Amino acid sequence: MATTSEYFAHKGYRFGLAFPKNSWTISSLSVAALVALPVAAVIWAAFRPSGDIWAHLIATSLPGYIGTTLWLMLGVGVSVLVTGVTTAWLVTMCRFPCRQLFEWLLLLPLAFPAYVIAYAYTDLLEYAGAIQIFLRTVFEWQTPQQYWFPEIRSLGGAITLMGVVLYPYVYLLARAAFLEQSVNVLEVTRVLGHGPWRTFFRVSLPAARPAIVIGVALALMETLNDFGTVDYFAVQTMTAALFDVWQGMGSLAGGAQIATTMLAFVILLISIERFSRRKQRVYQSVSSRFRELPTYRLKGLSSLLAFTACLVPIFIGFVIPLIVLIRLAVIYFGESWTPDFRTYTLNSLMLSAAAAVIALLIALLIAYSQRLAGGRIIGIATRIASLGYAVPGAVLGVGVLIPFAYFDNSLDALMREIFGISTGLLLSGTLAAVIFAYVVRFLAVALGQVESSLAKVSPSLDMAARTLGYRPGQILLRYHLPLIRGGMLTAVMIVFVDCMKELPATLILRPFNFETLATHVYWFASDEMLGEAALGSLTIVLVGLLPVLLLSRMTLRARSDRHTSVDTN
Amino acid sequence: MATNTSTRFGRDGQSLPLLEINDITCNYGLERAVYDLSLTVNKGEQVCLLGPSGCGKTTVLRAIAGFQQLLSGSILINSQPVSRPGDILSPEKRRVGMVFQDHALFPHLSAEQNVESGLRALSPAERRTSVSEILERVGLTRVAQRFPHELSGGQQQRVALARALAPRPLLLLMDEPFSSLDLDLRERLGQEVADMLKANGITCILVTHDQNDAFAMGDKVGVMAEGRLLQWDTAYNLYHEPANRFVADFIGNGIFLPVKVKTPRVVESEFGELSGDQDIVMPPGSEVEVLIRPDDVVLDIDSSIRGNVVRKAFKGAEILYTLRFESGTIMLALLPSHANFAVGEHVGIRLEVDHLVTFEQASGSGDLID
Repeated sequence: MATTSEYFAHKGYRFGLAFPKNSWTISSLSVAALVALPVAAVIWAAFRPSGDIWAHLIATSLPGYIGTTLWLMLGVGVSVLVTGVTTAWLVTMCRFPCRQLFEWLLLLPLAFPAYVIAYAYTDLLEYAGAIQIFLRTVFEWQTPQQYWFPEIRSLGGAITLMGVVLYPYVYLLARAAFLEQSVNVLEVTRVLGHGPWRTFFRVSLPAARPAIVIGVALALMETLNDFGTVDYFAVQTMTAALFDVWQGMGSLAGGAQIATTMLAFVILLISIERFSRRKQRVYQSVSSRFRELPTYRLKGLSSLLAFTACLVPIFIGFVIPLIVLIRLAVIYFGESWTPDFRTYTLNSLMLSAAAAVIALLIALLIAYSQRLAGGRIIGIATRIASLGYAVPGAVLGVGVLIPFAYFDNSLDALMREIFGISTGLLLSGTLAAVIFAYVVRFLAVALGQVESSLAKVSPSLDMAARTLGYRPGQILLRYHLPLIRGGMLTAVMIVFVDCMKELPATLILRPFNFETLATHVYWFASDEMLGEAALGSLTIVLVGLLPVLLLSRMTLRARSDRHTSVDTN
Repeated sequence: MATNTSTRFGRDGQSLPLLEINDITCNYGLERAVYDLSLTVNKGEQVCLLGPSGCGKTTVLRAIAGFQQLLSGSILINSQPVSRPGDILSPEKRRVGMVFQDHALFPHLSAEQNVESGLRALSPAERRTSVSEILERVGLTRVAQRFPHELSGGQQQRVALARALAPRPLLLLMDEPFSSLDLDLRERLGQEVADMLKANGITCILVTHDQNDAFAMGDKVGVMAEGRLLQWDTAYNLYHEPANRFVADFIGNGIFLPVKVKTPRVVESEFGELSGDQDIVMPPGSEVEVLIRPDDVVLDIDSSIRGNVVRKAFKGAEILYTLRFESGTIMLALLPSHANFAVGEHVGIRLEVDHLVTFEQASGSGDLID
C-alpha cells in the first residue's frame, strides 16, 4: 500500500476526524482545568503553613461552626423533605379544588433568594414589626417582657425561611418521579385493596426515593451556599466563619482551611446526589407514562386539608414576603430610587449578562466536543466542568482570589525585578474575577440545557450535513444553533438570573467600591435599613420570577402532552 | 460455493469499479463489527446489504461514507483511496450522498431549502434550476415550500432522496430508507425509487434488514451476519442456491430434508430420488441435508406421498401449508389457492427440485425455517 500512503501524503488530506478531534478535546480539557482551578487553589492554600490559625480554630470556634451548620442542614433537610414530598404527592395523585393552579404556583418561592426573604420576614416579625405592634395594641402590652414571641433572627428562623424557599427543588423532582411511576403498578396496588396512605408509603415513596434524595441534596447545597441569611441572623455557620476569619482576622489561609472543610460537606452531598441519579435510572426504566394516573378524589375535610397544605407554603414562601417588600418599596421609594441604585442595577445586569453569555459559549464548546469526538476524556472533563454548582459561593470566592492574587503578586515581583515597574493588581479585584466565579458556579446550568437540546438533534442530521459538504464547525453554525435556539435562550436566562442573585462570591471578589444589586441590598440590610433595601430586593425577586415562570410553563406543557397522548391512544 | 473471507465479490472484470472495499475490519464502539469484508460495486449498479440488526451492515455504510475508522483494509472510490487505518478522507470531501432511516431533514428549512443545502458550490441561478429539476423528478414541486413537519412520511423520504442526489454524488448510500414507512407505501416507494435510480444510472448501496426491500432494489444482494459477508449474489440465487445454512435460513421459508448421496447428481430421500443439475461436493454415501423450498413442493393428487395438513396460512393467490408425513417429517408447501384443503386432510404431493442445495447434517436437521 505504499502508493496509498504517497497518495495521502501528496494530496495533504486533512484527515477529517483526526485533527479536529484533538483540538476539541484540548479545549474541553482546558476549560475543565480552569473550572477546577478555584477548588484546587482552596485545597492547596489550606495545606500551606498559616501560623497557628488552624489550631486556634479547632481549639475554639470550629466545632461550634460545624455543629451549627449540621443543625441548619438537618433542619432545612427535614423541612424541604416534608413540604416538597407532601405537596408533590397531593398535586399529582389527588384531586381537590385548584389542584392544577397549585401545580405551578408551588414553584413561586424559588424566585426568592433566602437572604431576601429573611429581610422581608425580619421586617414583619421583629419587635418593631407589624405583627408585634398589632399584638401589643390588641393586648395592651407595654414591654417585651410581658409576652413571648419567637425570635426570627435565630437558627430556627433560618431553618424555617430556607426551608420555605428551597422546598421547590424537592417538589419538582418528586412530582416528576410520581408522574413517571408505572400506572399499572399503582392500579394493581389499588386493586389489592391498598388505600392512598398505604400506596404512598409502600409504592410511591420508595420508587420516588432517588429523585427525592436528589432534590434534598440540591436544597442542601443551596443551604451551604447561603451567606446573606446566616450573616443577617447571626447564625454561626461555616460560611459565616469563613467571612469572619478572612475579613475579621485577615487570614486568607484560614479562610481556605474552612473552605476545605466545607468542601468535604459538598463532596458528601455530590456523592449522595450522583448515587441517587444512578439508582433513579433503574427505578424509572419501566413505566407507561402516557396514561392518566389513577388519582384520588378528595372530599370534604380531606380536600380542605390538601388545599391548605398547598396554600400555606405558597403564602409563606411567596405572597406574604412579596407584599412586605412591595409595601416597603413603595414607602421608601424616594430614598431608594437614586442614581446609585440605577448604577448598581446596571452593574448587576451587565455582569450577569456577560457571565451568562460566556457560560453559554463554554457550554456549547464542551457539549459540541462531546458530540463530535466523544470519548472518556471529554466525558470526565464535562463532569469536572459541571461541578461548580455544588461549590458554595464563599468557597469559590476564596478559590478564585488565591490563584489570581498569586498571579498578580508573581507578575508584579517579576516586573519589578526586571523593569523596575509595579504592575499592581491585574486580575484580583477586577470584574474579570467576578465573572470568572459566576461562570464556574453556573456553568453546569448552561451545560445541562445545551446538552439536553443537542441530544434531541438526531446524529444522522450531522452525518447528512457532512455528506452534503459541510465541516463540523459549519454544521454547528448553520444547523445546530438554529435548532437549539430555545435551549440556548433558557440557558442564558437561568444563568443570568442566578448571577443576579449571587451574593457571597460577589462580596469577596468585587472591585473596591463596586456594588451590584445583591451587595447593595446586603449592605443596607446589614445597617438595619430594610426599607432602603426593599426596592433592590424586590427587583431581584421580580427578575428571579422569569425562570420560575418558564419552568411552570414547561410543567404545564408536560401535562398537556400527557393529555394529548391519552387521546391518541 | 464455500465462503472464503477474502473472496472478492462483485468484480466481473468488465465494467468500471466505482467502489472497492478491500478486506476491511471495523469496531463499533469497543466491539468488532466487521471482519475482513471485501466487495466491489460497479458504476451504475444498485446493490444491497441485507442482514439482521447488529450484523454490521450499517457500520460498512458508515465506513464508506467516512464516518467510521478502519482497523485494517482500505476503501477506494473511483480507484482513489479514501479510507485506510488511521487516515480517513472527511465525509464532506467524498461526494457521497446519504439517505437515513429517520430522513434527517433539517427541520428548520423548507423542502426546497433542504435540497438546496448541498449545492453551495453553484451560483444562485444554477442552484434554483437544479433544485426545481430534482424536485420535479421526485414529484415534489407542489410542496417545495413546506417544512418537514408539514410533509407526509413518503414526501419526507423523497425530500431526503432529492437532497442526497442534488449535489450529483458519485455514490448514493441508503440506510434502511423505507423502514419508517407503512407497508403499502414502502413497497410502492421502494419500486419507484429503484426505477428512478436505475433510469438515471445512479450507483447506490442500500442497507436493510427487510428482504423485500433488498429484492426490489438490488441488482446484487449481500447477506451479512455477525460482521461477515456470507454471500454476494442475485436475489434469485440467494433464494435458490444459498451458500450456507444462515443464508438459506434468513432468506425465505423452507426445510432441511435429510438425504443420502447416491451419485454426484442424485440423492435418495424418504420421498424417493431427487436429482439436480450440478455436482454435489460430498462423496456418494454421505448423509447430508437438502434445502426444500415451499415452491419446490407441487400438488399431485395421484401421488403416494401424502401429508397431513397441520396448519394453513392463506397468502392470496397461494396457500402455505404445513404438512406432516408418517415418518414425522414436516414440510412447507406453497400450493395454488383453489386447491383448498382443510386442516387434518391428506394431500398428495411431489417434489420438483431443480438445484440440489445440500448442507452437512446439523443438529437442527428437519427443522422448519422461516
